[in-house]
Parts: sequence; C-alpha cells; structure tokens
Amino acid sequence: MVPLSYYIVLSSVLFMLGVIGVLVRRNIVIILLSIEMMLNAANINFVAFSHYLHNIAGQVFVFFVLAVAASEVVIGLAIIIALYKNHHTINVDEINLMKW
Amino acid sequence: MNSYILIPLLPFLAFIIIGFFEKQMNGKSHLIALPAVFASFFLSLKLFLEIYPDKEIVQTWYQWISSGTFNVSIGMQADALTAVMLLLVTTVSSLVHLYTVGYMHGDRGYDRFFGYIALFTFSMIMLVMASNFLQLYVFWEAVGLCSYLLIAHWYEKETAYKAATKAFVVNRVGDFGFGLGILLIFSLYGSLDYKVVFSRLNEQVGKSVDLLSWIGGGQSLQIDIMTLTAILLFIGAMGKSAQFPLHTWLPDAMEGPTPISALIHAATMVTAGVFMVARMHPIYDLSPTAQHLVMVVGSLTSFMAAYIALTQYDIKRIVAYSTLSQLGYMMLACGAGAYTAGIFHLLTHGAFKALLFLGCGSVIHAMAGEQDLRKMGGLKPYLPITYWTFLIGAIALSGVPPFSGFFSKDEILWQVFNSGFGGPIFWGIGTLVAFMTAFYTFRIIFNVFHGEYRGDSEVKHHLHESPWTITIPLMVLALLSVSVGWVGLPFEGMNLIEPFLSQVVGAHHQEMDLALQPILVGIAILMGLSGISLAYLFYMKRTDLPARISNSLKPLYALSFNKFYIDEFYDAIFVRGSIAFARGLWKGFDVLIVDGIVNGVARAVQGWGRQMRYFQTGQLQHYAMGMALGIFIIVSIYLFL
Repeated sequence: MVPLSYYIVLSSVLFMLGVIGVLVRRNIVIILLSIEMMLNAANINFVAFSHYLHNIAGQVFVFFVLAVAASEVVIGLAIIIALYKNHHTINVDEINLMKW
Repeated sequence: MNSYILIPLLPFLAFIIIGFFEKQMNGKSHLIALPAVFASFFLSLKLFLEIYPDKEIVQTWYQWISSGTFNVSIGMQADALTAVMLLLVTTVSSLVHLYTVGYMHGDRGYDRFFGYIALFTFSMIMLVMASNFLQLYVFWEAVGLCSYLLIAHWYEKETAYKAATKAFVVNRVGDFGFGLGILLIFSLYGSLDYKVVFSRLNEQVGKSVDLLSWIGGGQSLQIDIMTLTAILLFIGAMGKSAQFPLHTWLPDAMEGPTPISALIHAATMVTAGVFMVARMHPIYDLSPTAQHLVMVVGSLTSFMAAYIALTQYDIKRIVAYSTLSQLGYMMLACGAGAYTAGIFHLLTHGAFKALLFLGCGSVIHAMAGEQDLRKMGGLKPYLPITYWTFLIGAIALSGVPPFSGFFSKDEILWQVFNSGFGGPIFWGIGTLVAFMTAFYTFRIIFNVFHGEYRGDSEVKHHLHESPWTITIPLMVLALLSVSVGWVGLPFEGMNLIEPFLSQVVGAHHQEMDLALQPILVGIAILMGLSGISLAYLFYMKRTDLPARISNSLKPLYALSFNKFYIDEFYDAIFVRGSIAFARGLWKGFDVLIVDGIVNGVARAVQGWGRQMRYFQTGQLQHYAMGMALGIFIIVSIYLFL
C-alpha cells in the first residue's frame, strides 16, 4: 500500500508548480491552467485523506471543487476572449488598465 | 414725560432723520438740525435757570442694566457743573450749526456733515449729563467716534483720513487707561453710580495694591489705590483733552472742516477730559500724588504747545496748539485743586476759541481754502466783521482785561501760585505761557489782517466778507468772549460762578497772601501786553527781526517748528516698531512656523503617498506574489519559531 506521505508530497509538488506558474507566466491561459493545477493538487489531498480516514466526505468535496473549477474556467475564458478582442493580447503585463 | 429728556433727544432725532433720509435731503438737512439744536439750547437754558443758584435735579430715564445689586441707568444728573457745561455745549453747538450752513454750502457731504454734528452734540450732552461711570464711558467713546467721522469728512484726502485714524488710535490709548480705571472703581465699590462711589471713597483710603504680585518671587510695587484710580482716569483725560504725551492727534485733527475743529476744540471732545477730572474731584482730592501729576502734565503741555505755536505757519494749527496750551492751563488748575477756576477757564475758552476757529474758517473761506500765513496779509478791509470779531477773540485769549480770558486765566494763575506743590514755579510757567500766547495770537492778527497782501492775485480778486450765517455766529461769540468772564469777577460778592460751581466741585481753601494778588495780576497783564507789543514789533515794524532771530537760535527754532520731533519719535518707536513686530510675526511666526507645520504635514503625507503608490501596480501577479510571500513568511514563523 502506498503511504499517505507519497500523496501529500505529490500534491505539494503539484501545488507549488501551480503557484510558480501563476506567479511567473505571462500568458493568461497558462495562468488559468496553473490555477487548475493548484485546485487538483487539493483534490488529490481530499481523495487521499478520504481513503485513509474512511470518510467519504472528502471525495464528495472533490466533485464540488471540479464543478467550481469548471464554472470558473468558463467565466475566465469568456473574460479572456473579451480582453483579446479589445486589446489583441493575452499577455498580463500589457493588460494594465488599473495601473496608476 | 419731562422736557429735559428732549435736550439730548432732539439732536439725536435730528441725526436719525438726517441719517435715514440723507439721499432725500438735497442740502436741506439744516432745516432739521438747526431747530433741534436751538431747541435743546433753550431747554438747557431753562434747566440752568431752574438749577441756579443751588438746586440739583436727578432723573432716571431708562433702566439699562438691572442685575442683582448691580444697576446702571441712563439718566440725568444735573448739578451746577452739568448746567454750566450744558450751556456751553449747546450754545457753541447751535452757533456752529448755524455757521456750518454758510461754511459747508455746496459741499458734497453737506447732509452727512449735519447728521454727524448733531450726533456729536447729542453724545456730548449725554456725557455731561451722565450720573454713572458707564454712561460717561459710552458717550466718552461716542464723542471719539464722532470726531473720527468728522475729521475724516473729506475722506478722499489722504491727510484727512490719516488724521482721523491718528485721532482714533491715540484716543484708544487713553481710553484703555480710562476703561481700566472704571473697572477698578467697579471692582472696589461694586457700583458705577457717581453718588454711591463718591460716598464710599473713604473705605479705600490708605489702602494700596501690589502691581507686581502677578510676577511672584517677592517682587512688589505698592501703589496707593486712590492714586492708581486717579491716574488711570487721568490717562483717559490725557487722550481726550490731548495732554502730553497723547496730544499729537489734536493739531492733525485740523484736517477736518473748520466748524468741526471749532466744535471739537471749544465745546465737545477736548473739554470732556477737563470736565471728567472736575467731575471725579473727590478721587483726585484724596490723592496728592495724582494731583501733582496732573499739574506737571498740564503745565508741560501748556508750555510745549505754546512754544510750538510760535513758529507754525498753518493758521488753524496755531489755534490748535493754542487749544492744547489752554487745556494744559485747565488741567493745571484742576491739579491744583482749583476746579472752579479750571471750569471757568473752560467756559471762557469755549467762547473765544470757538470764535477764533470760526474766524479762521471765515478767512479760509474767503481765501478759497488757503491756510498758510505766508500767503495772507492785509485782509482787514475785505473782511471787516471777521477782523473785528477775530481781534476780540485774540485779545480775550491774550488775557487783556476786561475781556473774558483775563479773568479765568488770572484766577488759575492765582490759585496755582498759592497751591502747596511748587506753586511759584508753576505760576512762572503759566505766566511765560501767557506771554507766548499773546505773541503767537497777535502774530496771526498782524500776518493775516495787516501789512501787504502776499497771496495769489487770483484769490485776491474774489476776497469777500462771509455770508450772514457765518458772521452772525462770529458776532454772538465775540459778544460772549467779552462778557462771559464777568461772571467770575475776582471781587468779593461779584463772583457768580465760583459759589455756584463750588457746591459740586468743592471750594478751594488755601492760605492766600492777598497783598500779592494785585502784583501777580499786574505781571499777568504786563505779560499779555508785552507779548502783543513784541508781535507788533516783529511783524509790523521790523519785519526782518523774526528771520534773524530764528537764524541765530537755529536749534530752538527747529525744535519748535518740528513740534519737538514727537511725531517723528512716535513714528520711529510705535508705528515702525509695531509694523516691524507685525512683520516679524508674519514672516517669522505665521509663514515659517504655522504655515510650515500645516504645509509640512500635507507635504509629508503627499510624499508618503507618492512612495506607496508603487505598491499599487494593478498587476494581479504582484499581489499574488505578495500573498505567497506572506504565506511563506507566516508559515515559516509558525513552523520554525
């Protein structure tokens, strides 16, 4: 049986990759992708703990997270398309309407 | 309702009506002011006859303040002193009103002028009628206000409004002392009523106050309470009656129209100080120190003013300095305790000084505004009435018997000679001043009316005697200048004014060497006559002499011509001093410190904001980085510390 710590390490690595992606990438689509990675790192944790603690609630949460992530992507992509239509770019450095 | 309330009320009503309907008056306001003032003159006469020889009428017209035991009413305390003053004020005011009709004819501010002189008359009447210190103080300030308004009558002229401001400011200095004196009286006696205060003066005799106790640390300056009260009140009198060192405003007040000069100098404002000292005589009688101060200030003013008058060229200024000098005489008498003599001189002076001023006005009127003695001369044939009346005034001022000035001046000199405190010295100063007075008065006469005409030929063409509205007051005043003195003939049983006034201000009992009196009187007459003769010699016979003497006595001449440099001194110390002080406060304190703090705070916040806005990038990733770093730091702390 695979020990719990393996799952936690995997999910930590995934989460850190997501954070780094959000912080350093400039393509807004990749940033969204990285956010999905962070959410899925959390999902791995939910599932692993659910299995080890014999509690089904964690797996139920995963569905919620997936549902939220899906709807978020829908809205996010819609915003991105609108932005692209107006500015012809998806580089976040160039989208600086709110800067001083 | 009694008729006496109308004495002040009629001029006041005239002022109100003229004030409200000034635009509709169109030079007709004398139709309102003249009857009002003449009516109040006749009512004053009626009051005088009712009081004479030994009555007193006290009336309360209006309860002004009534709070617990503190009561102040507006009313009338008509005793001998009030009656005499009232008669003087209303007589001169009526004549000045009449004179104004002719003198101010065609002036743009004709109606305004009438409104103000009516208010001036009202204020002075209320001042002399006052029965308490507060009423006195209120109308004391009111005459100050009126003088300010009237001196600035030609307010487009720079010298006029500057002179008005000067009069106002210098009087504030005196009034501050006067106000303090009244506050002191109230704090000591708990009442402002003359009768209450005077009846309780004995409670405070011999007590003293420590003027330096507020510093602490064992410093002390004990001063007798009576002396302090008297001196504070006298500071007010110094301002109003233009005594040294607060005299500088009076000559400058000549910038106003001539009728107002006459009114200020003869009957209203400047006499208020002398009147007040006489009114407060119970306080002064209890403080020899204050009396001596009054004598010193009076004689100093009297001498300095006469000395300055010797060399001035402006006809009105000479007469103004003469007023200063004569007021000094009155103060000298009051200081010596001879209040009756002081008020007697006030009365006679009121007549001949009003005459001289109105005479000057008539000359200036004829000369189309010219006031310089050097540009006059030989006016006698053109202005016969003015000449003869002016001559009568001049003789009265010079103290030649039997004109009125002689009797009052002589009474003062005699009383002063017999006063305990340096009598003969003050008498000597007074006699010298009498000599100078005669000299400068006749200097005017000879320079204006005799000799060759030295002025503009254009002006000479228009020389003419003044209209009847001007000459009638001159003639009435000339009559008074001759005769008023006879109420105080210095013979047993013939002196009417002294027993009458002494009921109020107290008889003056002193050891007198009656054998000396004829000698002193002789010297006084001699002084007056020799002053006149000297003026005749200087300005009629040897006209080269004045220039030669002034050249050989250059410093003395300069001192007189430049009025002892007192104006320059005040300008350097007080005017420039306070300007420098204000500028220091402005540049040093306000701009540097106050504005510095206010702007500094604003600038600091602004700078902080300028730095802080770099954190507001609008870049989501920067915020996320911030969050991540924050989480990292918090988790690190949680885990490792």
